[in-house]
Amino acid sequence: MSTLDLPSYLEQSNKVKDRFDKLKARETILEVKGLGKTFDSAQGTVTALKDINFKTHRREFVCVIGPSGCGKSTLIRTLAGLESPSSGEVLLDGKPVFEPGPDRGMVFQGYTLFPWLTVKRNVMFGLEMSGHSRSTAEGEAMDWIGLVGLDKFADAYPSQLSGGMKQRVAIARALANKPRILLMDEPFGALDAQTRSKMQANLLEIWRNIDITVLFITHDLDEAIYLADRILVLKAHPGEVNELIEVSVPRPRHFDQAISPEFLATKKRLEELIHPPLDDNDDEPGLSMIRMVPVGDEVENGDSSVDNSAMTAEVD
Amino acid sequence: MAGSTQWFAVRKALPQDRMMLLTVLSFLLPVLVWCLFSYAPFIWHPKVEITEPGGVSWFKAGMLVDRQVFSEQSLEARQSGVSLPEGDLANPVYLPAPHEVASAFYTAFTTEPKRKSEQWLHESLWHSITIIFWGFALSSLVGLPIGILCGTYAAVSKLNEPFIEFFRYLPAPAFGALAVAILGIHDGPKIAIIFIGTFFQQVLIVANTTRKLDMALLEASLTLGAKNLQLLFRVVIPGILPDLFRDQRILLGWAWTYLIVAELIGTSSGITWFITQQARYKNFDNVFAAIIMIGIIGLLSDLILSQLGKRLFSWDKAQAKS
Ligand SMILES: Nc1ncnc2c1ncn2[C@@H]1O[C@H](COP(=O)(O)OP(=O)(O)OP(=O)(O)O)[C@@H](O)[C@H]1O
Ligand SMILES: [Mg+2]
Repeated sequence: MSTLDLPSYLEQSNKVKDRFDKLKARETILEVKGLGKTFDSAQGTVTALKDINFKTHRREFVCVIGPSGCGKSTLIRTLAGLESPSSGEVLLDGKPVFEPGPDRGMVFQGYTLFPWLTVKRNVMFGLEMSGHSRSTAEGEAMDWIGLVGLDKFADAYPSQLSGGMKQRVAIARALANKPRILLMDEPFGALDAQTRSKMQANLLEIWRNIDITVLFITHDLDEAIYLADRILVLKAHPGEVNELIEVSVPRPRHFDQAISPEFLATKKRLEELIHPPLDDNDDEPGLSMIRMVPVGDEVENGDSSVDNSAMTAEVD
Repeated sequence: MAGSTQWFAVRKALPQDRMMLLTVLSFLLPVLVWCLFSYAPFIWHPKVEITEPGGVSWFKAGMLVDRQVFSEQSLEARQSGVSLPEGDLANPVYLPAPHEVASAFYTAFTTEPKRKSEQWLHESLWHSITIIFWGFALSSLVGLPIGILCGTYAAVSKLNEPFIEFFRYLPAPAFGALAVAILGIHDGPKIAIIFIGTFFQQVLIVANTTRKLDMALLEASLTLGAKNLQLLFRVVIPGILPDLFRDQRILLGWAWTYLIVAELIGTSSGITWFITQQARYKNFDNVFAAIIMIGIIGLLSDLILSQLGKRLFSWDKAQAKS
């Protein structure tokens, strides 16, 4: 077999290298050091995360991907302070994180808008908690609502919004606190493909225009490559950092890039990392146990009692 | 076609006209059964109402006797050659016909009390309503805060709920004698019985409702900077209000079920006094009217509260359906 001499699109040109060198020279916002997390349950101890180390830099967009159940939510919840680490530590601007706080905004996978508050009051919530006056909070909230394009819905209740709109409000609500980092746990996972791509474009647009660092969890490779500067790949059981991939697809991003060589090469690399070849110990125990189920009547080939001619007859 | 004619589709709303039909039927059917028993003599009517005593010396017009007694007496009268007694088939006095009860709805209000010291029906009813009100209001005043705190803080829950869980099995009327000894014979002990009957259930139900608040909402508010009391007053309480309102409606219904027992304690009063008094006079049409009136008051107050709930919690989808 002859080997074609293809250029490796994962190999970085000097221009791309430059971009990442500059990025990594920026100040560190969030640093995760030797982070581990175990849960004690009735079935025994579950190790959800093991020795996670990484940094995010100012205005960087980092995506985290990994197979289902590998501890992505556990990781982001620990960063938010909703879970306490079993080992290691999380540093925000060099100071350890112990509890949830408005300096780390969070957008959850499920819908978590307060159903008794209008869109405007939802976005004002964090500002009111930190003691801003009602009128300041209202003014700022309206700016954020405008940024996610929902001015017309400022007085609507969450139950009147579509899933995509709810997540946009959730983003505005988290950003209104001017957090150092925005943590997003599969925020678009429940949306249809079309709404999701609009949301992704909207999110990138916002990210370009304000000073915010984003840590975004997803299991959708295209989404990760479209959004991220760097992608953190977690291994299954326990979640451990497999690799940190630098996405060489140039910015500003657009959906047409999904067929560019850089995009495809990155995607292939990610696929290899997530589903390593020659791994017989499949992480999903269910698959190997599925029995073949006979469907319909068993028909023996060539059985003359059953007229199969309509299906087997060749078309002239 | 099949879809539109479905009567039994799991958790699907029926068309408006069918809902109305069934609502009317749910009241009409029991009334229909009652009518059958009252107006169709062949169904039950175990008595005979004497219209003409004839030769039977101890019969009087208007008297109710068993059918068997009547036929024995008729036979005796025929054999001894005196004139035969006459009468119509009738129900016992304790089952008045619907039209009698219907007119009692009016006459019960216009019947003057037998004694000066006694109350008119509307006064009795109002007295009952105030007993319920105070019992329920006092219970809510204490029960709601405790329930909410139990549902929010594990420490409060562990301190209170085990004892309350035990106490709620003690039947409220068992405290009647004690309540009279402490609070006298008038309204005090009656309010206390309503209180005891409501309070312990209320704390447990409210605590459970509070615990059912979606944890994700609390976590979201934590990441938005909410702390301590802000969590309680800005998230927990507003979040559970519609469910709390529903709980209160159910609990108010329970409070009414304690009313009769409560009013028998000490000096009998209110609608209970009216019912027992009318039963003593054998005015069973008035007794029925009074019992049905309790139902109507309960139903009306619940309807009003449900409409109020819809208005107050327009953001809540579940409230719109109840
Ligand atoms: N509170 C908990 N108690 C016990 N085990 C837990 C708890 N939370 C998570 N786990 C376990 O930790 C592991 C990681 O869970 P996690 O929800 O973080 O995965 P995930 O990557 O977010 O999955 P998904 O892709 O389904 O969202 C799982 O095996 C899960 O069962
Ligand atoms: Mg998850």
